[in-house]
Amino acid sequence: MSAPRTSLWPAIAIAGLLGGLGLLLAWAFLTALLGYEGERLAEIALARVPDSGVSNPVTAVLLNFRAYDTLLELAVLLAALLGIWSLGPASLPYGAPEPVLARLVGWVVPLLVLSAGYLLWVGGHAPGGAFQAGALLGAAGVMLRLAGYASAGLPRRHLQPVLMAGGLLAFVAVGLIQTALGLGFLTYAPASAKWVILLIETAATLAIGATLAAAFVGGDPARVPRPASGGAPAP
Amino acid sequence: MIPDLLPNMIPDLNLATQLLFGGSGLALFLLGAWSFLIHAPLLRKLIALNVMGAGVFHILVAVAYRGLDTPPDPVPHALVLTGIVVAVSATALGLAFGQRLDQDEDGAADD
Repeated sequence: MSAPRTSLWPAIAIAGLLGGLGLLLAWAFLTALLGYEGERLAEIALARVPDSGVSNPVTAVLLNFRAYDTLLELAVLLAALLGIWSLGPASLPYGAPEPVLARLVGWVVPLLVLSAGYLLWVGGHAPGGAFQAGALLGAAGVMLRLAGYASAGLPRRHLQPVLMAGGLLAFVAVGLIQTALGLGFLTYAPASAKWVILLIETAATLAIGATLAAAFVGGDPARVPRPASGGAPAP
Repeated sequence: MIPDLLPNMIPDLNLATQLLFGGSGLALFLLGAWSFLIHAPLLRKLIALNVMGAGVFHILVAVAYRGLDTPPDPVPHALVLTGIVVAVSATALGLAFGQRLDQDEDGAADD
């Protein structure tokens, strides 16, 4: 059970090198705090928040000023899920839950879904938004899976890619529509920005929640588990 | 009594707060990096990677702090949100790889 003892000299050498790296990073951090001159990005961003369609500065930065960054982040989530699906079948589901767990899940999961909807809406003017709401939905899926529901609250397998790619597709479609309207990719008109952001965030919440729950399932539900070799019983 | 003396003892409370929070983030990063390089099991490496990520988020939040009365810089906060999501998905992929490696080891050991 105990790991093999790591030999002493490499450990000391690595500790020394990391100490040197730490000094370099500490100097860089101090310079960033003390040595800057000129205007910080904070003032520029905070000055333009009233035009962005939302009043929460972090949501404005995430969904408006740096919307392309958020689009790529949804693509990273999707790529990780595709990797997980390609690695093998889903792990075996848990057994039927005890009565206390079943009742608890029956109470908590609807509350989680409600809280996710609330966070999605309140992200416009307070801390919240698509990623926080999507994390709550993912947690609801994890709870369902732990309580014995093998599907983790997700729809049938051939509908799951629609849900997960839907967030990214909605984002790209909105960006292209803005280009077609002559504003530029992912540039919103101040009058309609609030509803455009809400539309993107709704699609993104569903996609993020579904992706996190599917990642917890741990593999592709459509694949059949391989039989163990040599006639040994499957673990 | 001590909070009244603090402004005299520390000339710049904002800077002290940033240094304390960012310094602890730097320490987390270095500890995570050390564990990532030294320990062999995959699960320990994934945990170390997450600790490094937490350290980086500490540093970003420290840079964004501008005092109790000023709203913080929103751009590093958005970067932290993005970073959390990417770290979670990368950890999930790493754990799936580990699971597959374990299954392959079990299958090979049966022969």
